[in-house]
Amino acid sequence: MGVDRRGFFKIAGLSTLAGMAGKTSMDALAQGESRFAPNPEALHGKRWAMVVDMEKCKSKEGCKDCILACHQVHNVPDFGNPKDEVKWIWKEQYHHAFPSQENEYIKDDLKHANVLVFCNHCDNPPCVRVCPTQATWDRKDGIVMMDWHRCIGCRYCIAACPYGSRSFNWRDPRGVDEEEESFIKETNPEFPTRTRGVVEKCTFCDERLAQGLLPACVEACTEGCLKFGDLEDPESEVRKLLAERFSIRRKPELGTQPEVYYLV
Amino acid sequence: MLENALYGDRKYWGWLALLIFFIGVGFLFYLQQLSYGLGITGLSRDVTWGFYIAQFTFLVGVAASAVMVVLPYYLHNYKAFGKLTILGEFLAIASVTMCLLFIMVDLGQPSRAVNMILHPTPRSILFWDMVVLNGYLFLNVLISRVTLNAERKGIAPPKWIKPIILLSIPWAVSIHTVTAFIYCGLGARPFWLTAILAPRFLASAFAAGPALLILLCLVIRRFTKFDPGKEPIQKLAEIVAYAMAANIFFVALELFTALYSSMPEHTIHFRYLFFGIEGANSLAPWMWFCEIVGIASLILLLIPKFRRDENILTAACIGVFISLWIDKGLAMVVAGFVPSPLGKVTEYAPTFPELMISLGIYAFGFFLITIFYKIALSVRKELPN
Ligand code: SF4
Ligand code: SF4
Repeated sequence: MGVDRRGFFKIAGLSTLAGMAGKTSMDALAQGESRFAPNPEALHGKRWAMVVDMEKCKSKEGCKDCILACHQVHNVPDFGNPKDEVKWIWKEQYHHAFPSQENEYIKDDLKHANVLVFCNHCDNPPCVRVCPTQATWDRKDGIVMMDWHRCIGCRYCIAACPYGSRSFNWRDPRGVDEEEESFIKETNPEFPTRTRGVVEKCTFCDERLAQGLLPACVEACTEGCLKFGDLEDPESEVRKLLAERFSIRRKPELGTQPEVYYLV
Repeated sequence: MLENALYGDRKYWGWLALLIFFIGVGFLFYLQQLSYGLGITGLSRDVTWGFYIAQFTFLVGVAASAVMVVLPYYLHNYKAFGKLTILGEFLAIASVTMCLLFIMVDLGQPSRAVNMILHPTPRSILFWDMVVLNGYLFLNVLISRVTLNAERKGIAPPKWIKPIILLSIPWAVSIHTVTAFIYCGLGARPFWLTAILAPRFLASAFAAGPALLILLCLVIRRFTKFDPGKEPIQKLAEIVAYAMAANIFFVALELFTALYSSMPEHTIHFRYLFFGIEGANSLAPWMWFCEIVGIASLILLLIPKFRRDENILTAACIGVFISLWIDKGLAMVVAGFVPSPLGKVTEYAPTFPELMISLGIYAFGFFLITIFYKIALSVRKELPN
């Protein structure tokens, strides 16, 4: 149900945007048509998951390609201070990303690793359990989605998420700072911006999957550290990687069943 | 009946004018919050609930505590509380109203609050909290109206109201239990993840609420002919003493489990509260003050000689109230967020606009209490002419 409704919003939103962008009516029509019918190229999965190769990732010191790509394509505002910060994907020190894996004497490179973190699209998501309006819900394909038009901004989901994956818009993300600089440097007209007072987070790029594209972070990574795929498909690359190499998840003891796996 | 609120002396009107002033100031700041966003508060990405939600939690307790006068009167036929039940119910109405307002000002998109009704979600504890709080408000409005009306006409209240009054007793317990469930069902927040949270909430509520009621009684006795009498005040004081003792006992249980097991995610929040971590210790002085004043007040209440002295009793009640307010209205919510689930320490302090908005809501609550009590006392002709 939720998927359909969101799909509708997207169509509505995109047709408006298409109109605003001043495309020719034929173009707009053509685009509108392809949006109404499910895109034949769309990627389908039963349980989407991400595998992060920490070995590969650390090889490129200070790389932020995936983060920049995600935040750009999703119109994630930059408020320039940690208090108001909104982020979908970022790097976290090892002992913050895996607080229960505390061990003074582990390999140095692991100890000082900067781990890429984002929403785990948990199979048993506490954020979904607590939301009083179903503004966040889990789709059949395992994606934990957000409806920014329904969210009332109670922030119960933030209290419930054990991974700090969710951000709240403390200010108007469409606004400007004291120097009249927009919080969203370069708006991507293909994706909605949010209003103040709602929660947002990574959506595994549902909008790109619907067009047959991989998530923006996966595409942006030149080192091939990020693998996205369907865990229910035994032939998928993610399943093979997990079968071959040792992987860990963040706070599995909480029973949230995170669907982001880290190869160490 | 309501027209009684419209006649009063200069002190009455002066007091109301003062409250209206603060309501207005709070409202102006709220408009500012609406246009800027909740970023106007001290809240941050890591500490996402603060002063508003803490006041809400504390006031749910005050609302629930009305049961401490209703229960002895109706279940145990304890006649001395006869004059107090209506005051307890009015206090409950004002408190629940403040709770709902604190929730509203905490919402990022208050205009969408109806989504909770349009898309009812029983798996969310917030949904149940909305149900029990509004239900409790309704019950208390109904009960106080019917009983006061009967009193005005000099007749006994209708029979059908009795089962509703009895229903309000477990309902009072439910509002604070459900409010505790909002917190204690979250694996992400070990500080709240304890079965003692709901009992502790109830114990602290049954101490803070009656303590406030004693203080209110003593205040109105000074300004009116209303005299609840020595006995009910003393009985209330005993209730405060028992509840406060239970509360301190529960705190000790919690501390033992956390500290003896020595599991870092449980101990660290207490360490933050009492000593601070990574140099962040802004709550520590409050906490020590809270515990010392709490224990000192309990000792005063436990010793009959002190309890019977009204001056000492007043001091002890103020002590209990302040101690529990710091515990629940300041520390309990924030400590759940510090450190964050990722082990990061971000401190929180309410900002000036946040405090003014809160003050405005409290002023509104006191405004309601004032006119409600005025009505009740006018009906009983206990006001000076
Ligand atoms: S990581 Fe957090 S926000 Fe994402 S699904 Fe899990 S609990 Fe929800
Ligand atoms: S902030 Fe929004 S998404 Fe999160 S629990 Fe509240 S309504 Fe749901």
